[in-house]
Amino acid sequence: MPERPQSERPQLERSMIEIRNVTRSYGSFKALDDASLTIKEGEFFSLLGPSGCGKTTLLRMIAGFDNPTSGLISVDGQSMQGIPANRRPTNMVFQSYAIFPHLNVEQNVAYGLKRLKLAGTEEKRRVEEALGQVSLTGLGKRLATELSGGQRQRVALARALVMRPKVLLLDEPLSALDKKLREQMQVELRRLQQAVGITFVLVTHDQYEALAMSDRIAVMFGGRIAQVASPKEIYQRPVNRQVADFLGGMNFVKAEIVEENGASLVVDTLGFGRIKTDKPKAFIRNGGAATLGIRPERLRVLWDNATAKFEVAGKVVERHYFGEITHLIVEIPGLEKPLSVTETNDFGADDIPVGTSIRLAYDPDALVAMAD
Amino acid sequence: MTAAAEGSPAFGMTRARRNALLQSEPVQGFALISPTFLYALILLVLPILVVVAHSFWTQNYLTIDRTFTLENYRAALTEPIYRDLLWRSLYISLMVSFFTVVLAYPIAYFISFHGGRHKSLWLFLITIPFWTSYLLRVMSWKVILGYNGVLNSGLMGLGVIDEPSTALLYNSSAVIITLTHAWAAFAVLPIFVSLEKVDRTLVEAATDLGDGPIRSFLRVTLPLSAPGIISAALIVMIPTVGDYVTPKLVGGKDGVMIANAIQAQFGKASNWPLGAALSVTTMLIVTLMAGATVVIIRAAQRLAR
Repeated sequence: MPERPQSERPQLERSMIEIRNVTRSYGSFKALDDASLTIKEGEFFSLLGPSGCGKTTLLRMIAGFDNPTSGLISVDGQSMQGIPANRRPTNMVFQSYAIFPHLNVEQNVAYGLKRLKLAGTEEKRRVEEALGQVSLTGLGKRLATELSGGQRQRVALARALVMRPKVLLLDEPLSALDKKLREQMQVELRRLQQAVGITFVLVTHDQYEALAMSDRIAVMFGGRIAQVASPKEIYQRPVNRQVADFLGGMNFVKAEIVEENGASLVVDTLGFGRIKTDKPKAFIRNGGAATLGIRPERLRVLWDNATAKFEVAGKVVERHYFGEITHLIVEIPGLEKPLSVTETNDFGADDIPVGTSIRLAYDPDALVAMAD
Repeated sequence: MTAAAEGSPAFGMTRARRNALLQSEPVQGFALISPTFLYALILLVLPILVVVAHSFWTQNYLTIDRTFTLENYRAALTEPIYRDLLWRSLYISLMVSFFTVVLAYPIAYFISFHGGRHKSLWLFLITIPFWTSYLLRVMSWKVILGYNGVLNSGLMGLGVIDEPSTALLYNSSAVIITLTHAWAAFAVLPIFVSLEKVDRTLVEAATDLGDGPIRSFLRVTLPLSAPGIISAALIVMIPTVGDYVTPKLVGGKDGVMIANAIQAQFGKASNWPLGAALSVTTMLIVTLMAGATVVIIRAAQRLAR
């Protein structure tokens, strides 16, 4: 498979997975409700959502372990209806890794190759190559029971990659690892995906994991897909409060619509005054009220006599220290909820006493309108 | 009291030492295992020692001559009748364990993989035959396999045979059939337990890597349930070698087993030392066979990779 430089993203055009109006019901409960999605070739795609949102159900249906009640799934232009899991061009990394305990590392990785009846040297070469890709060279003879969590995860990855699937499915692959190892594996997984160029579909409930690794993310709630977009857009322009909340802290501000035209909205807020903002896609006007949101790190503390074009004044009511950053809770006259502000500690935000009156600078573009 | 305590420091010392002794870990450990240890000693070790001791003595009409001799073992190992009986017993118990495992495996597999919420109900249903006496169950096989039995009349009714077959009852096959039926449930349980421990995602992983249902069973489920197969085989094999009720009832003269001979030596023939030597020989050979079975199944498991 061709190597490509990290900086240059490939043209993600050809679609690899098509999900059309897929519903999966268990009795009256709908685990997945009319989901449609297109995943492109060579893409690192994440299904993000809280537990029970249907992300794992969707992944298992792509793998063939579950079947849609209605709707269609196709992989690489071929409908997957009636095709059992063992004949699909997909491979999976299981959450529990599912390493065969009666086999050693090499035998685990070679498991799927046995059926292909390759020549002995070719099989050996491919196993070695796969072990090399996940930095496990030399551990081939170890038993599964002698491996650490991180190593087991790498074996699971090698075992799937060695099959050269069109799509690699990853079911919460990092959730069992400790924080440090998880962050390291995030970087490695991303690097690996770019090296092999295989379409990766990752299921996760960890928003930072999804943001750090993905080309695109689908955020899911209650069996429905709420938003599909790039990490940056999902984070900066969430379509509704639920998505905004799930992706991290967000200050919500009530606003009154003054003017609605084409692609923009003009709203009045009590704390931030009159704001002109992009109208979100599928914006449904609910009377004259709207919700605006601004991320805590988009508010900056103004020191001493510094001024900004846009600023609000308030009083610090709480301060929480997190090492490299400090969370300030700032009460703004007119806002029913105090604002949460994240400030890096390089200028001494960790020394601001509670009760101090401060001014905050903001960029009106950072205030985004969203559905409730 | 105070005076006594002050006056006898030695007594205080020993008491302290005794307390220390009672609180020491080895003593507490022995104290804890002593009931089971005594139980095993009195009911298991002593009887076996008595049997082993007898096997080196000689029966002298009504008394026992306690001079050491290997004569009984010579008889047990070289007399053709005992050798034949021993071989037959081993053959029957091997066959019974093979058929029991083969029959029990699908039952255990079904309950474990497709039993749904009713696993315990299914297991309970399997125990129902045990509510009747073992003798009754053996006798009912007589009814099925006998000259005028269910099987013969059925086959005659279907026109498969013209006259009742005598080949069904009173031979070693009848013993094998009866014992297999009797022990099937005992084999289901260990196999069920080992199948329950097989992680279902491993089967999914095998499927994901391209195996169909049969291949994933042979490459993952079966090797991982080998411990259950081993214990089921042993649970059946070891007691069936020594069974003497079943051969007596359905075995006829071709189905006599070593335990019948041992029983005869301790009973009618009244030659305890020879009976004891036969028992010890059988025990040793069963141990060897059980060990060999474990080795063979393990090897097969390794081969399946």
